[in-house]
Amino acid sequence: MTSTHLGAPHPAAAEEPLRPAANVRPRARRFRDWATAFTFTVPALILFGLLVLAPILFALYVSFFNWGGFGSPSDFAGTDNFTRLFDDPVFLGDLWRGLVLVVLSIALQLPFALAMAVLLNQRLRGRAVYRMLFFAPYVLSEVITGVLFVMIFAPDEGLADKSLGSIGLDGVGGLWFAGQDTVLPTLFLVMMWKYFGFHMMLYLAGLQGIPSELHDAARIDGAGTWQRFRYITLPLLGPTIRMTVFLSVIGSIQLFDLVWIVTQGGPDHHSETMAVTLFQFGFKRYQVGYASAISIAMFLISLVFALGYQRLVLRRDTEGALTTMRANR
Amino acid sequence: MPPFAQSRRHFLGTLSVAGLGVTAITSCGGSDSGGKDSSGRTVIEWWHIMTGDPAKKVWAERAKAYEAEHPDLRIKIVTVENEAFKSKMTALTSSGKLPDMYHTWGGGVLKQQVDAGLVEDLTGTVKPWIGELVPAAPKAYEFDGKLYAVPYDIGGVGFWYNKALFKKAKIDEPPTTWSGYLDAVQQLQDAGITPIALAGKEKWPGMYYWAYLALRLAGVDGMQKAADDEDFSGDAFVKAGEHLMELVDLKPFQKGFLGAAYATPTGEAAAMGNGKAAMELMGQWAPLTQRDAGKGIGKDLGFFSFPTVEGGTGKITDVFGGGGGYAVRKGAPKEAVDFLKFFVSAATDRTLVKEANVLPVNKQALDALTDPGLKAVSDMLNASTGFQLYLDQALPPAVGQEINDSVAALIAGSTSPEQVTRSITQVAKSQ
Repeated sequence: MTSTHLGAPHPAAAEEPLRPAANVRPRARRFRDWATAFTFTVPALILFGLLVLAPILFALYVSFFNWGGFGSPSDFAGTDNFTRLFDDPVFLGDLWRGLVLVVLSIALQLPFALAMAVLLNQRLRGRAVYRMLFFAPYVLSEVITGVLFVMIFAPDEGLADKSLGSIGLDGVGGLWFAGQDTVLPTLFLVMMWKYFGFHMMLYLAGLQGIPSELHDAARIDGAGTWQRFRYITLPLLGPTIRMTVFLSVIGSIQLFDLVWIVTQGGPDHHSETMAVTLFQFGFKRYQVGYASAISIAMFLISLVFALGYQRLVLRRDTEGALTTMRANR
Repeated sequence: MPPFAQSRRHFLGTLSVAGLGVTAITSCGGSDSGGKDSSGRTVIEWWHIMTGDPAKKVWAERAKAYEAEHPDLRIKIVTVENEAFKSKMTALTSSGKLPDMYHTWGGGVLKQQVDAGLVEDLTGTVKPWIGELVPAAPKAYEFDGKLYAVPYDIGGVGFWYNKALFKKAKIDEPPTTWSGYLDAVQQLQDAGITPIALAGKEKWPGMYYWAYLALRLAGVDGMQKAADDEDFSGDAFVKAGEHLMELVDLKPFQKGFLGAAYATPTGEAAAMGNGKAAMELMGQWAPLTQRDAGKGIGKDLGFFSFPTVEGGTGKITDVFGGGGGYAVRKGAPKEAVDFLKFFVSAATDRTLVKEANVLPVNKQALDALTDPGLKAVSDMLNASTGFQLYLDQALPPAVGQEINDSVAALIAGSTSPEQVTRSITQVAKSQ
């Protein structure tokens, strides 16, 4: 690692004020700007095109065929795969379950993470230990988490049921992952255990950024704890909260590994997500055309959500933080 | 906006399904099979899937032993992992260049290769010695009376039961009819014993029940006809679902079976191995897995064939199972078949049985089998009158998966026997 460039002024920044704007015609200058930008982004663009755009376009192409995944697609199916999608109770169920997980995350996981963050932002003995403990599950891989909780929630024999039994609560636990009605809540419990620490950390970072003077001033004005939380902490934490909502939603849409390890989408599809359905059709049944249609639907859902959210909600948070060409003009 | 960019990229990773397909195609180059090596020996390329020891070692030793007897020949071994093998073979089949000698499970996939004219018809060449083999063994590789592969392993599915628990429930003899079987389940139930362990999460163990019921009702010929006509909506298949519902209605499975895996410490095999359930419907690997996942029940473990179903045309001696064999590419060196003769000869087969835990395919090697559990399966195969290959191998993958999925839904109570046959037929017709 050499750091010879460290501290050297950015060449463009040094050049900029020396060049009298009147000498170069604006159009030529704009062209040169674009050319420079283009040259520097070409390597990234090539990679992006090859690894991101090409597969998307290929998946879009394939989604109009009945294709087994080998040879070249030849059995043109028109929009059959897409019409089938909206008749498929499993796929419609995926959408519903995705929505349930999103709502649960926003309604339960994020408030819980926020509460923990506020708590751990106080002066508290062993604060660092708690922070580390709560964050630790996030560091575990999804697969290890899955294997762990399959054992914990094994009916009758797992840690959960045994612990409940030992304090006289036999039969409270029940089927956990094995029940059609209990599987989704249990899965959410695991997701919450695993991810709330991550959101808590983001909130903690946000909380550190709130000047303590504001709280002091409010306290002098006679504001109570709740009022200070409601009118100082919450508004100033806004950008962080909006970002975590975004991450939660995207995470729920693309949920796969945990579900695959724990239930493979069962029992009877009651924990299946879009990504699991996609995998089932793509790699188990080799109906790659239909799997591609699912992937396109998944892509559109996240694209619409991501763009809409960026435009409507995140806009004011990112304003000024993005680099635009010659933003000063 | 790094989170957006990152999650989108992440996302597209899962979208590149098709991209992977392309890699699979391009990564399979040609092979130098059927040629001569630098010292003028004929080279036979042999693809097998024995990636684990002791089998991998035993397979290599057998090839060496044959080479020692035939100095003008070299056997080039290519070992490919099970799942990778399937996808590579699909690619090779469409390119028309198969290895000289390769693993096959028979059924639909082999049929596809035969139809493409890529596989050597072995009927005539093996005639002098194929009679040495257990009759059920070559069945999966026969089409229209012609044989296209030589089997080296064979297995079958049946009920593994806990003799002690049966005794406790006062069941003297294993049932031989479906109504007798249901009575036995009820008796176990009444004695406070979990009658059946089932891995609901993995779907295929549940499929065995439906498949065996269908086999008992429709018979081997009926199954074959359904596969040929791509029509599983016949009476026998609906009835299979109805009989399965009779069993499901007794609630015979362990608590939480819908979430149970097969070989994990809280799964089906462990429930059997720890004596917590009285029986499971499983293949010849069951005793070994029971010992691995649980403690194993030793001498208490017994085996009986799937009972007959009243009104069905199938016999109790018709076996549902599968194994492994080696097919020979059309135009491969003639020595390949001679090697296969050597590979399934009594002497070699004894070695395979003793060291690699396969079931004997050669009748003379039957005495090498000492494990009582494996011996029971072997006896069943030896006396078999008909053989039905595992449905997910006999049928295209999408159909096999649909059977697994809809039977799982039937067991979970969210579909009807008619609907099961309709969905399977629909997928079969669309293939």
